[in-house]
Amino acid sequence: MSQRSIQWFRFTAPANFYDLAGRLIPWFAALTIALFAVGLYLGLVVAPSDYQQGDSYRIIYIHVPTAWMGMFLYVLMAVYAAIGLIWRIKMAEIMAKAIAPTGALMTFFALWTGALWGRPTWGVFWVWDARLTSMLILLFLYLGYMALHAAIDDRQRASNASAVLALVGVVNVPIIYFSVQWWNTLHQGASITVTEAPTMATIMFVTLIIMTLATWMYSIAVVLARARIEVLERERKAVWVKERLEATA
Amino acid sequence: MFHSLFALLRRDLILALRRPQDALTVVGFFVVVVALFPLGIGPDPEFLRSLAPGVLWVAALLAVMLSLERLFSDDYRDGTLEQLLLVPEPLGLLVLTKTFAHWLITGLPLVLISPLLAIQLNLRADEIVMLMLALLLGTPILSLIGSIGAALTLGLRGGGVLIALLILPLYAPPLILGAGAVDAVMHGSSAQAHLSLLGAMMVFALFATPWATAAAVRIMLD
Repeated sequence: MSQRSIQWFRFTAPANFYDLAGRLIPWFAALTIALFAVGLYLGLVVAPSDYQQGDSYRIIYIHVPTAWMGMFLYVLMAVYAAIGLIWRIKMAEIMAKAIAPTGALMTFFALWTGALWGRPTWGVFWVWDARLTSMLILLFLYLGYMALHAAIDDRQRASNASAVLALVGVVNVPIIYFSVQWWNTLHQGASITVTEAPTMATIMFVTLIIMTLATWMYSIAVVLARARIEVLERERKAVWVKERLEATA
Repeated sequence: MFHSLFALLRRDLILALRRPQDALTVVGFFVVVVALFPLGIGPDPEFLRSLAPGVLWVAALLAVMLSLERLFSDDYRDGTLEQLLLVPEPLGLLVLTKTFAHWLITGLPLVLISPLLAIQLNLRADEIVMLMLALLLGTPILSLIGSIGAALTLGLRGGGVLIALLILPLYAPPLILGAGAVDAVMHGSSAQAHLSLLGAMMVFALFATPWATAAAVRIMLD
């Protein structure tokens, strides 16, 4: 076991990470394009219309994957932030910073597509539904994290301070979710619920899974690319950066 | 240990009493914001009454947020905060003491002035009592969560605006429960669940936030 397992800690060294990410990004990018092409074809052409919602339901093929991704990336960002804060691993700090914009984008897409779906289905762009409200607050948490990171000039201090914020945020996310849900049930009746139709055709389910995988691949590719640039910026005085850049020039 | 914590509390309170305008500005802000709402939404007493819990809570929340910048910034500027790092007592307890002093100076006056504003917004006596109870349980949570934001924005340009972005999303649960408690009394149901949850939240904040605030102070003074 010990001989065959990959030495993960090797990639906490910025130079090794830079090389690995450089080799992986084209693969993830290619997978992103392929999966999106298949997923969108299935979702827009092959999958049948919904008997209740007509064609407008097709937006869930974007909406659901981005919503999952937005929530998952926040937790992942907090995990990386904790690793960076506790063990002082520079790559973890860089990964946490690189994840934030993608997570915010995913959360924004989830809200936006939700609004576009809500208009034909509920008749309004926005309702103060529990899930919508907590996703909105999640978006604010992302924005706060990025704003704090950008406001502190010293890189090390910026990473540590925003790591504390990410951890405080991740503890609060369930509290916010439950209190918002509770508030919602108090204020309005269950005239509108976000719950999907009870059963889902197989083709719809498969399409949703493919689109989710596509979103994953996109997020991985973009986060790695962003982390790669951040590594170059932070290590610009290191010898390995000079070697790599001269080799490509 | 309690001796030095008490000395710190006493020092913060004396400093605040020597410059009472700082605390009074916060109360003034609270009063003015609440007074502006009827001008914006019309003088209909019943309508104002139904909006009152939310209006009062949002105004209190903004007032606490505005006062947060002063929690550490003066001590940061004159070097007291660096000295506090050298004190043998745990930094978390020192930070908690400072936050408590901050609540006594800004949070408690808000609780005490709130009945006056509640009368203006046509709340009944039992609703006003509930409002004060909810604020009494809720404003410490606001101060405690806010202390994290205050520590994280120490010495930053535009720290005051940044604090709003960092902290206001985290204020959603106390706002929901606090305004909900008054709402419940208004609609004739029991507010016990709201108050219990607010109390639980305060205990959790008391336990967890000094730890995060101390870590943030250490990072920003590093």
